[in-house]
Amino acid sequence: MSEGGQIGSNGLKGAGLMRRFSDFLQSAWKTIVVFIPYAWLLIFFLFPFFIVAKISLAEITIASPPFTKMIEWAGNGIVNIRLVFDNYSYILSDSLYYKTYLNSLKISLISTVMCLLIGYPMAYGIVRSGPVAKRVLLFMIILPFWTSFLLRVYAWMGLLADQGTINNLLIGLGIIDEPIRMLYTEFAVFVGVVYTYLPFMILPLYANMEKLDGSLTEAAADLGSKPTNTFFKVTLPLTYPGIVAGSLLVFIPATGEYVIPDLLGGGNVLMIGRLLFNEFFSNTDWPVASAVAIILLFLLVLPMTIYQYYQAKAVEEGQ
Amino acid sequence: MTVEPNAGDSPWLDRDAEPIVQIKNVTKKFGDFTAVNGVDLDIYKGELFCLLGGSGCGKTTLLRMLAGFETPTSGNILIDGGDMSTVPPYERPTNMMFQSYALFPHMTVEKNIAFGLQQDKVPRSEIDDRVHDVLQLVELQDYKKRKPQQLSGGQRQRVALARALVKKPKLLLLDEPLGALDKRLRKQTQFELANIQEQVGITFIVVTHDQEEAMTLSTRIAVMDAGKFVQIGTPTEIYEFPETRFVADFIGSANILDGRVIEDSSSHVKVATDLGEIFIDQGQSVRSGSQIWVGIRPEKIQLNKKPPKKSGTNQAIGIVDDIGYLGDSSIYKIRLESGLIIEVAAPNLTRPMDREHHITWEDTVYLNWAPSSAMLLHA
Repeated sequence: MSEGGQIGSNGLKGAGLMRRFSDFLQSAWKTIVVFIPYAWLLIFFLFPFFIVAKISLAEITIASPPFTKMIEWAGNGIVNIRLVFDNYSYILSDSLYYKTYLNSLKISLISTVMCLLIGYPMAYGIVRSGPVAKRVLLFMIILPFWTSFLLRVYAWMGLLADQGTINNLLIGLGIIDEPIRMLYTEFAVFVGVVYTYLPFMILPLYANMEKLDGSLTEAAADLGSKPTNTFFKVTLPLTYPGIVAGSLLVFIPATGEYVIPDLLGGGNVLMIGRLLFNEFFSNTDWPVASAVAIILLFLLVLPMTIYQYYQAKAVEEGQ
Repeated sequence: MTVEPNAGDSPWLDRDAEPIVQIKNVTKKFGDFTAVNGVDLDIYKGELFCLLGGSGCGKTTLLRMLAGFETPTSGNILIDGGDMSTVPPYERPTNMMFQSYALFPHMTVEKNIAFGLQQDKVPRSEIDDRVHDVLQLVELQDYKKRKPQQLSGGQRQRVALARALVKKPKLLLLDEPLGALDKRLRKQTQFELANIQEQVGITFIVVTHDQEEAMTLSTRIAVMDAGKFVQIGTPTEIYEFPETRFVADFIGSANILDGRVIEDSSSHVKVATDLGEIFIDQGQSVRSGSQIWVGIRPEKIQLNKKPPKKSGTNQAIGIVDDIGYLGDSSIYKIRLESGLIIEVAAPNLTRPMDREHHITWEDTVYLNWAPSSAMLLHA
């Protein structure tokens, strides 16, 4: 690349430089725009992840911070790197952790299916309603977010308690004599999780169904397909992306949920979020808590990665 | 495409023919809005019938009532003698080709076409044969494993047609079948569509807003306006013998003049207009003295630079105000002394060797037309 030196006139040289500078600015700007989201992920996701991963490979000690260092200068140019895998082997050998993981996945999975069964018809109903009703209904879906999440869970405690609203009402009506035990059971956790995460199921489903061409169901009917058959052969396959998006949005945060099992499940329902809290704050065992978190992450990321791999493959085959 | 008025080709003229579709006094209201207003229509087997009209005239609503997506507010629809009032779309002997094609995006071409046959529990081997045959008909054999989004617009249109044809319906309903295609492809496809219809012998009902499409395709056209039929007839009847001002204006172009009938006999009619006295050599029952419109198609007027040998009726003189050069023909706007502008279309039959056309701006020209050319139009 010539530096513009061959061109005799200074003016032309200046113009060339200006242009080159503006080209540089433009490409720099493009790089910056692309870099910002990556920088965000790097600083707030990848970096903390490595810190947690590092702590999970340390040993508990009475110090501040309460874990041993990974890298130490031993003098004479020797660097000691200590990787302790005890935390992982401890978690994998203790059936408490293993059962809690399974229980979390179970509760989360059942809640996701319940959200789907409740949310799908709701989203369908919203899409099918008139323009005014549609706005009102969507607003009502989003409305609960305007109140503190904690407050809403406390409200459920008031509703589900032995002396709570629901039991008092049923006893008052003479339907039952003794209060039904609902609070501090798995049932209460399901109610809480489904209630809290339902909008995260409905909104992606709504967005997906809204784009659906209404003439497709008409075309199916025209070709001789009865409404139920049309639902399974046309509507359901076409809303599949919405179902996947909604389910992931419910399943992933529900698995690591802490507040709901703690407040509504009490000591009777053990979920991994609560265990993590206990290790971290009650036992002050940061390394084990970190290992619990890392294993949870892999439990959630691995199936998603596999799913995405097959999804990408399916898309490729389609073309 | 002219249709000779004999009962073999024109079942609508045969008093004994049994119509395949009978629309009896059908009205459809959406709230306060009347989309279709008490229409009656018989369509016969093998016809390619066009419903032609502007947007909002009710043509699509009528088609959707035939398919079963809308139910008439009042009146009856009979298909092949059976009342369709309580028959849902999935049990009707009709198939529809949608304007958007409505191809299932998650199915291949082959599966899209087989979908309708599967609903009827047709055996697998027969499905394969029929899908193969219909793909051959629309010339898409090599595309059966593709998904709709991997096809061009013209190919999708043919898949939609194949999917609707494969069930061999008694009635095929087509909603703006060529509307989404570009102009070149549309012209080509018009003829293909008419050929396919002739091959399969299924009755087609086509909804369109494009008059050219209606003219090339149809055996008969029903012109619709504000939920009613304004005129029903063959393309020739509709173009050459429009009954109302609306039809004359909507189909093709026409110079439309206010007129007063000054003479009415069994052999001719004479009307006084801004274009002078117009002599029409067809007797029609119009009262002398009544107000009426007269329409003259631009291509029916002759343009001359020399004055006519003898003066008389059906003549006028004017100045060339504007020329629209279309290549094969030119549109001239002729300004008369009265200020009236008359449109004349003339084919460019010869190549102008001096690269200038014979008639140019500000030329004085003489207009004349045959006594059979002017059309009497009612409101």
